Amino acid sequence: MTATRDKFGRPIVVVTGMGVVTSLGAGKTDNWAKLVAGESGIRTITRFPIDGLKTTMAGTVDFVPVTPFTSTGLAERLAHLAVEEAITQSGVGRKGDFPGPLFLAVAPVEIEWPQRLELAHAVGGTEFSYDDLLGVCGGGKFLPYHHRFQFGSVADYLTETFGTKGSPISLSTACASGATAIQLGVEAIRRGETDVALCTATEGSVNPEGLVRFSLLSALSTQNEPPQAASKPFSKNRDGFVMAEGAGALVLESYDAAVARGANILGVIAGCGELTDSFHRTRSSPDGKPIIGCIRKALADAGMAPEQIDHINAHGTATPENDKMEYVGVSAVFGEHTGKIPVSSNKSMVGHTISAAGAVEAIFSLLTLEHQRIPPTINYEVPDPAILFDVVGNKARDARVTAVMSNSFGFGGQNASLILTREPA
Amino acid sequence: MTETTSATPEPVEVWITGIGLATSLGEGLDANWEALNAGRINVDEKGFAPYVIHPWAPVNLETQIPKKEQRQMEAWQRIGTYAAGLALDSAGLKGNKEILSRMDMIVAAGGGERDISVDTAILNAEAQGNCTPGFLNDRLMSDLRPTLFLAQLSNLLAGNIAISHGVCGTSRTFMGEEVSSVDAARIALARIAGGQSEIALVGGSHNGERKDLLVLYEFGDYNLKHKFAPVWARQEHPGFALGSAGAFLVIESKAHALARGAKPLARLTRVVADRAQRKQPGAVTATLETLWSAVGVHEGGGAIITGATGAEPVTSEERAFLERHRDFAVRSSGTRFGHTMETQFALGLALAALSIARGALFPPGDSSGVEVETKQAPTQIVVVGAGHYRGEGMALVEAVN
Repeated sequence: MTATRDKFGRPIVVVTGMGVVTSLGAGKTDNWAKLVAGESGIRTITRFPIDGLKTTMAGTVDFVPVTPFTSTGLAERLAHLAVEEAITQSGVGRKGDFPGPLFLAVAPVEIEWPQRLELAHAVGGTEFSYDDLLGVCGGGKFLPYHHRFQFGSVADYLTETFGTKGSPISLSTACASGATAIQLGVEAIRRGETDVALCTATEGSVNPEGLVRFSLLSALSTQNEPPQAASKPFSKNRDGFVMAEGAGALVLESYDAAVARGANILGVIAGCGELTDSFHRTRSSPDGKPIIGCIRKALADAGMAPEQIDHINAHGTATPENDKMEYVGVSAVFGEHTGKIPVSSNKSMVGHTISAAGAVEAIFSLLTLEHQRIPPTINYEVPDPAILFDVVGNKARDARVTAVMSNSFGFGGQNASLILTREPA
Repeated sequence: MTETTSATPEPVEVWITGIGLATSLGEGLDANWEALNAGRINVDEKGFAPYVIHPWAPVNLETQIPKKEQRQMEAWQRIGTYAAGLALDSAGLKGNKEILSRMDMIVAAGGGERDISVDTAILNAEAQGNCTPGFLNDRLMSDLRPTLFLAQLSNLLAGNIAISHGVCGTSRTFMGEEVSSVDAARIALARIAGGQSEIALVGGSHNGERKDLLVLYEFGDYNLKHKFAPVWARQEHPGFALGSAGAFLVIESKAHALARGAKPLARLTRVVADRAQRKQPGAVTATLETLWSAVGVHEGGGAIITGATGAEPVTSEERAFLERHRDFAVRSSGTRFGHTMETQFALGLALAALSIARGALFPPGDSSGVEVETKQAPTQIVVVGAGHYRGEGMALVEAVN
């Protein structure tokens, strides 16, 4: 008989439903097929004019129509699709009645340029002040924009639509947000507050200002042609990340609850680690200590030794800084074992889905466990000699995978690592 | 409804051992307490006319934030980083690297200030006929300060607190307007009570002197206009006056506090939250009643500190709830500090802990009859928050015997 508690006496947290949308497509089946085929979802942006931009490509999701377009509106639609797939697969609850809380990783919300321009046009004339703009906002004409641009609006919509329980939590830990959403769900189940949680992460931020902001921080790749080759994790000629959109949703359940209702168990969230870096707003501490500490916390939380990890789904953004520091951190923890672990970055194909990345990549990690096949890191033509990972370059690799570490590191010193396994330990 | 209850067999008691307040009434606990007792309100009816706001009281930022770090922040981050430093001072933790390096942090945040002059200039140029395809791109590329984004990102308040004060255990930022600080306190408490954490910094900050925020809330006609009035006297002209405040608490398990010789200001007994179906009239009143039952109030009266906004219909619905609990002396933070949105519930928790620590409740803020005089030293204070649009929460703060 399988133990229903982990070695620390906590409820085991399993995954019973997953849903995903990326620039590769909607749903697990489509995404997985394209991932292992090494296809890229990165393309030249057509959503808005690219004149004057240094970076002109992204992993946009253009097959989900949102009218009028807003980034928050797209994030909401993508989350909807991912959640629907996850809940359907899980079979938990009833339609519109999900029996647990929602933890949602979502980008910070603000009024966007089309809406600002609409205000300017409502003022009229060719010379006006910000006070003039403010003067036309009231009276109910723009009431839907109040609702749309509340930070809690996406969570609000999902709560209404899927009937999650209690106060939904919207969170941001920058590029680690998706992992944090999962971590919050794991913690709630371990505390015994709930048997089931909906952990969702979504991103729809490819708009002119979103792109310019990262561009001004020199974070983005400018290798625009061909767009499919822009994202080059662990390569010597990598020059930045590629912005992308997408969403991931996971139904987490206590092992006991999942077994009791005869649910199909897709994997286990065995451990979560998190440690803050206070060195700099956008750069990691040069000694790698916060990343090292984060990975060690994840291993300790899972009660596992480094040797038990047989695949790393890397953060692997393809910025010069990230990939170097990820190697420094991983190699410090895994020592000689480092070179024996196949490492891959999904971002080479789907781009960096920012707020959603932690959840999207946790799902891809679970699919890796299911299929015993590791998706490639494409565009790996010129390996960085300073990064001695066993990179799964360009072609998917069959491998025995029992435990995956998925890393997420973000601006603001956010570090989070998850350990996912196929079966309860 | 979402409740925090301990999963461990022995209930873990959680103490509030530090409070940091930097508000429109001043910085520090003494200045805020004196202003509350003197009935002072710092309100500006002219600077943002016709909108009424509560400006932040200036401080010597350098006492908490190195100059080079200040330059990387916008006002909302400076306010919060400053208040977080005061909370650590209050808890006797400033510079204690051993504890700060494993301290957990949950920050409630919105987004940061936009560059109003850049936005206005771009919109004017567009109105003057600049509508080539690359116009917006060119202007954004040339006009935006490269690091402005970092001063706007929600999770960078936490990032700045880590950089300036070394709070480096874990860092999570909750968003979603008022209820974000309810959930921040709820999760931080649940983690400590459940043995997942020992000590946490919880709070938020808000800068009310922002026209970009006035735009957002004006879409829903939520801004108080022309003349200040206490929140209970706004039925004719409902709305909130945006407030400016940083409010942070240090909370820790009793065992952790005792081990380091820290004294409790108050106990954080329970935090509960829910999301009423507001389409139905009376839903907020009913939800607050449910939360009241869940928060575990003892018989014998006490006090309620509410973050009531002054917006309608939620304020009237909350008032109906308060009417049913007349044995509790009500105080509104909104009348005195304005509406500090994501920070309002953390501010309420801070005022509750402060009142318990000082053995008195500050005087009523108006003559509406909702708030009445009391001489009783409060031993239990219920902190209430009902968002202007969504989300309700409640906490029980008690005296430690």
